[in-house]
Amino acid sequence: MLMASAVSVSNLKKTYDTGVEALKGITLQVEEGDFFALLGPNGAGKTTLIGILTGLVYKTGGEAEIFSHDTATDASRAKTYIGLVPQEFNFNIFEKVEDIVVTQAGYYGIPRAQALKDAEPILKDLGLWEKRREPAQKLSGGMKRRLMIARALIHKPKLLILDEPTAGVDVELRRHMWTFLRKMNAEGTTIILTTHYLEEAEQLCRTVAVINKGEILINEPMQSLLERYGEKKLEDIYINLIEGDSGQTI
Amino acid sequence: MTPNKMWIAYMTVMRKELVRIFRIWAQTILPPVVTTSLYFIVFGTFIGSQLAPIHGLSYIQFIVPGLIMMSIITSSYMNTVSNFYFAKFMRNIDEMLVSPMPGWLVIAGFVSGGVMRGLIVGFFVLLVSLFFSHLAIYNLAILIAAVLMTSVLFSLAGLINGVYAKGFDGISIVPTFVLTPLTYLGGIFYSITQFPEFWQKVSLLNPILYMVNAFRYGFLGVSDVPVWICFSVLIGFTLIFTAIVAFLFKRGMGVKN
Repeated sequence: MLMASAVSVSNLKKTYDTGVEALKGITLQVEEGDFFALLGPNGAGKTTLIGILTGLVYKTGGEAEIFSHDTATDASRAKTYIGLVPQEFNFNIFEKVEDIVVTQAGYYGIPRAQALKDAEPILKDLGLWEKRREPAQKLSGGMKRRLMIARALIHKPKLLILDEPTAGVDVELRRHMWTFLRKMNAEGTTIILTTHYLEEAEQLCRTVAVINKGEILINEPMQSLLERYGEKKLEDIYINLIEGDSGQTI
Repeated sequence: MTPNKMWIAYMTVMRKELVRIFRIWAQTILPPVVTTSLYFIVFGTFIGSQLAPIHGLSYIQFIVPGLIMMSIITSSYMNTVSNFYFAKFMRNIDEMLVSPMPGWLVIAGFVSGGVMRGLIVGFFVLLVSLFFSHLAIYNLAILIAAVLMTSVLFSLAGLINGVYAKGFDGISIVPTFVLTPLTYLGGIFYSITQFPEFWQKVSLLNPILYMVNAFRYGFLGVSDVPVWICFSVLIGFTLIFTAIVAFLFKRGMGVKN
């Protein structure tokens, strides 16, 4: 079956005002329904790429499309497809859990009554239902992470972008989040995951791209990558790639 | 976004603002009401009772519109500058930026929040003023137009300040060193006709003078400046500030790279 591209990026460039060249003309595609790992060291350009896809960063060259809608010229339409879970907590900690989620739905034009209904199963799935009337500041770190996921899912996005969603999360919760994300993906949501836990990417993702210094080093199915490198784990392959690119030994 | 969805998004921003304003009422509503009450008591009642009438009005009657306007100006400005700066600082402005809301709607949301707080505070100050003076309304249309346009103007000004603010100092410098002096010298406590001609001309350089006088005219039917000039100044500044905000938005408002 021919699948459409959820994300299509062509010769994408970003140079910040400081002169830092974060993306040097990268090209990649994420197929609809894929579970896609976007890996790379800190400062590689992952968050810049996500920023351009979600409208938080202006590109300086190239093209980026979400489900065939250009992120620059048809941004409003492109954004309707995306749910973003950023790296840092960025909700208002004084607001109640339910309000944070329902308000986000409102920004997408979903009426409040509908959003309250939609929020219930999401908050229950993520174990936040009992805390829905609590201000976000009273949540534990893991709960705050889950709240960010709930907020990103409230408008039923076709593409979920997770920027290091399990950073600082304990093993049990991380496994719980894996199960949840697998379920989302099985239900048809395309997922892009950035993570520094390579085991996580290996367990969850079907396609992997490694980015370093603003360039894509590899972009291929996880299975074929692992087979090509024989018995090695993703972590070993990743370290070889980054070392090779940097010309140094880690 | 369809117009209906945009309306829902706009009302969501308004609701969020309203909840926030009343959740932290001790910071947003109470201080200007208390401060203005002290002005009513000290200047209006104690000192004002010993002063000659201005434009045929008792001193307390004369200063009430100006004090209401002062609270509206300060509240509108402070709401957008602090709200935008904190949204930028905490990055929760991203909640709006990643959504399909068009940029102008995000700006309209912030500005409307400022207007709403200005109106709420103005309403409570007006209620308090009724303990000290009876107020007749001379021209309701002019009064409403002056309030709305002034609160929009200072909400836009607060937004511009919020864009440029790099720290917490940055959101208090303009209110403390620019807005407060201009407001105090904007004809709230006196009529510029009481000044020598030179100082009258200097006073005319203060834009807040026109807003206070337009509002006072709506209440009392007296103004130091012709009302059409007051509204011309208001419209002119509003257009300039709107153009600046539109330009800043195109440049990313300090929140997009």
